[in-house]
Amino acid sequence: MSGMILLQNTAWLPEAASSIAPEVDSLFHFWTLVSAIIFVGVVGAMTFFVVRYRRRRRDEVPEPVKEKKVVELAWIVVPTILVLIVFAWGFRVYIKMYTAPPDAYEILVHGYQWYWEFEYPNGVKTTNELHVPAGQPVKLRMTSADVIHSFYVPAFRVKQDVLPDRYSSLWFEATKPGEYTVFCTEYCGTQHSGMLARVIVHPREEFEQWLESAGIPEDMPLAELGARLYREKACFSCHSIDGSPSVGPTFKGLYGHEVELEDGSTVIADENYLRESILQPGAKIVKGYPNVMPASYASLSEREVAALIEFIKQQQ
Amino acid sequence: MATQTIAAQKTAQSEINYLNHARGLKSWLLTLDHKRIGILYLISVVFFFIVGGILALLIRAELFEPGQTLMTADTYNHIFTLHGAIMIFLFLIPAVPAVLGNFALPIMIGAKDVAFPRLNLASWYIFWLGALTMLVGIVTSGLDTGWTFYTPYSTMTSSGVTWVVLGIFILGFSSILTGLNFIVTVHKMRAPGLTWSRLPLFVWGLYATSIVQILATPVLGITLLLLALERILKIGIFDPALGGDPILFQHFFWFYSHPAVYIMILPAFGVISELIGTFSRKGIFGYKFVALSSVAIAFLGFLVWGHHMFVSGQSATAATVFSLLTFLIGVPTGVKVLNWVASLYRGSIWLRTPLLYALAFLFVFPIGGFTGIALGTLGLDVPLHDTYFVVAHFHYVMVSGGLLAFLGGLHYWWPKMFGRLYNEKLAQIAALLIFVGFNVTFFPQFILGTQGMPRRYFDYVPEFTTLHQLSTVGSWILGLGLLLVAVCLLHSLFKGQLAPANPWGAGTLEWTHTGRLPSPHNFERTPVVTRGPYDYHLAEEIFGNGHGDGGGTPAVIPAQGQAQS
Repeated sequence: MSGMILLQNTAWLPEAASSIAPEVDSLFHFWTLVSAIIFVGVVGAMTFFVVRYRRRRRDEVPEPVKEKKVVELAWIVVPTILVLIVFAWGFRVYIKMYTAPPDAYEILVHGYQWYWEFEYPNGVKTTNELHVPAGQPVKLRMTSADVIHSFYVPAFRVKQDVLPDRYSSLWFEATKPGEYTVFCTEYCGTQHSGMLARVIVHPREEFEQWLESAGIPEDMPLAELGARLYREKACFSCHSIDGSPSVGPTFKGLYGHEVELEDGSTVIADENYLRESILQPGAKIVKGYPNVMPASYASLSEREVAALIEFIKQQQ
Repeated sequence: MATQTIAAQKTAQSEINYLNHARGLKSWLLTLDHKRIGILYLISVVFFFIVGGILALLIRAELFEPGQTLMTADTYNHIFTLHGAIMIFLFLIPAVPAVLGNFALPIMIGAKDVAFPRLNLASWYIFWLGALTMLVGIVTSGLDTGWTFYTPYSTMTSSGVTWVVLGIFILGFSSILTGLNFIVTVHKMRAPGLTWSRLPLFVWGLYATSIVQILATPVLGITLLLLALERILKIGIFDPALGGDPILFQHFFWFYSHPAVYIMILPAFGVISELIGTFSRKGIFGYKFVALSSVAIAFLGFLVWGHHMFVSGQSATAATVFSLLTFLIGVPTGVKVLNWVASLYRGSIWLRTPLLYALAFLFVFPIGGFTGIALGTLGLDVPLHDTYFVVAHFHYVMVSGGLLAFLGGLHYWWPKMFGRLYNEKLAQIAALLIFVGFNVTFFPQFILGTQGMPRRYFDYVPEFTTLHQLSTVGSWILGLGLLLVAVCLLHSLFKGQLAPANPWGAGTLEWTHTGRLPSPHNFERTPVVTRGPYDYHLAEEIFGNGHGDGGGTPAVIPAQGQAQS
């Protein structure tokens, strides 16, 4: 037991912030301890034999050792029992992990190359920021718009692949308010490692407040709204505003300048070109860039499109 | 006068060996001799290993610091994909069977050659045809899907997926033909007296491997062909946009690729058994268990593919069944390790380079095994899946099984392949560097993985920096060790001391019944086998009083070997 406590204090595992995490960790510690003991035994015996039975004469031939069936049987039976314990324990944890309580708060998750979009029951949408209440089961219903992604929160010890044209789901109950990293763990192309998001766990009562105020105010100035959309819709994951090259053309100095297209023709990047490129990304591809922008931006409202154009205009 | 002539003839005869009986490039490229084909494979896989290794060093160098340092994200994605694809398809799968197996298997069973020598040569040409097809795709448009080619990404990306999968499809034939050849050879060409219970364990390992190669490889071939058709004709099997199912691809893919792990590991198990038997001069404890469990693992290996998919969206019932089956295959594998360690008990242990590699294997492989148990456990796999924990795990399994066993076997059979000894001290230093470098590279990755670092990441959050840097430094030590192996073996090739016929005092036929270098047809007359491969106390020929065809060469432990303390 003291060994288990010792292991609990190591920095191997990240912070545990969900109701399932401590159960996963106990199993992990049990496995570590058993493995370590057997490993030390095996390597210890090997080292001892190598030292103890070093060859002394070049023509030395050892006496054959009579094989004891009991020994062989013992080391078949004992490991079998051990792995069955680990299996059963892992099975129990898994079933809990994948059985969402019926009263779970449901949030819709869309995976895109290369960002996450979250939709709450009242219609509020956020990008790359998942807001949840602490101490309440949350169920994510997830689907992808393009390739397979995988939603992973290390602090919650949960992970689930997110597939195109199909729902998969995941649930957790966050125990501590705070911010936790979300990684995409299924390789999804160029910006796979940039597809990061955060889970923001609010105290339960504050979550309601957040949800109320999360809608975009009507009177927000266009440029400010554009800046917010640039962040929230994850435009930044492909379009820089400092001129550095990325998956898509930079927004810096884009507006009003001539752009060379894939077919060799040129076009002035005016308001109409920007509008077309946001709503129909494949219509006029800039030379040297892949046609990979998701069509999902077509669902932006008129005001949002105008706001984004205003934001791009300002990046001179 | 007459006796002198006979003596002279004998000397001349003993000097004709498989390396010098025919000369020139043509005699190599058209050779039907399994030993020469083994050498051809050796040159080929070492070439690809060097390419894959350089890519690995680039990956680690890019990850030395967070952010973009050496290359863009796209380049990085291409490089890690190529590292994986090259190492698996062009190194790990062919290395032990096609190089060491081709060279040693027929001699070990007392045969003149494999059953189908022409097919054997054809396998090598098919290997290169496949490899070149792959390279065409890589050079013209790269490959950025990861070696697993998961759909629908692989059906959408503009990189050279079609060429590469076609290349792997062709490579598959090489693998199948080698497997077929070995199975027939083992069944039909064993020397008189060489019963199944007297087969060297390396032969058992190759036999089990061959079964997997023949049964699993066609599934990969068909899967990849479907993938290519999906890309070209858009037939809608895997791509959900066309009504296909991406999970189906994963089932097909792992149905081959999990058994493929055993294609890499089972021959390695065989090599380890030979090394431990020879250098401890002991029978392998539980010979029958070790032999038959290889075959059992080969078959059970087909039933566990779903453990790669616990978080993919397959049903919980399927996940549970796959988890349980995974443990059932884990036990015999673990028991083998215990058998090897027990074989050292009361042995006569001679610490030479090949045994060092075997001991390194006995250290490294259990870590791969235990972490495999963690990944097979439903509740633990969920957080660990697709993180660096998995990366570390499969490197512990495949590098120990593939690389350490290959290097151990190469150092072991080297004197028989080229008739020369290498500098023992240098070789031991190299082995030590490889052992240390390997662990420094990959052990920190277990910790990275448990902390949540996902795999296939070009960039990472700053918390992970220290462990990544440690891992990168480890890769330099590992690289240095491998470089030293190359220096040591190349030096031996030109300047090495001439080897006696049986420098290790081994008990299998390739050592006891051939000369310094085997003759073109291995044996002057077919040997008759009267004992098991590790029955040293029955083997007079090992100690110089034998009547084997080894030219009566007494097994002299070379000068370097006399300092045994």
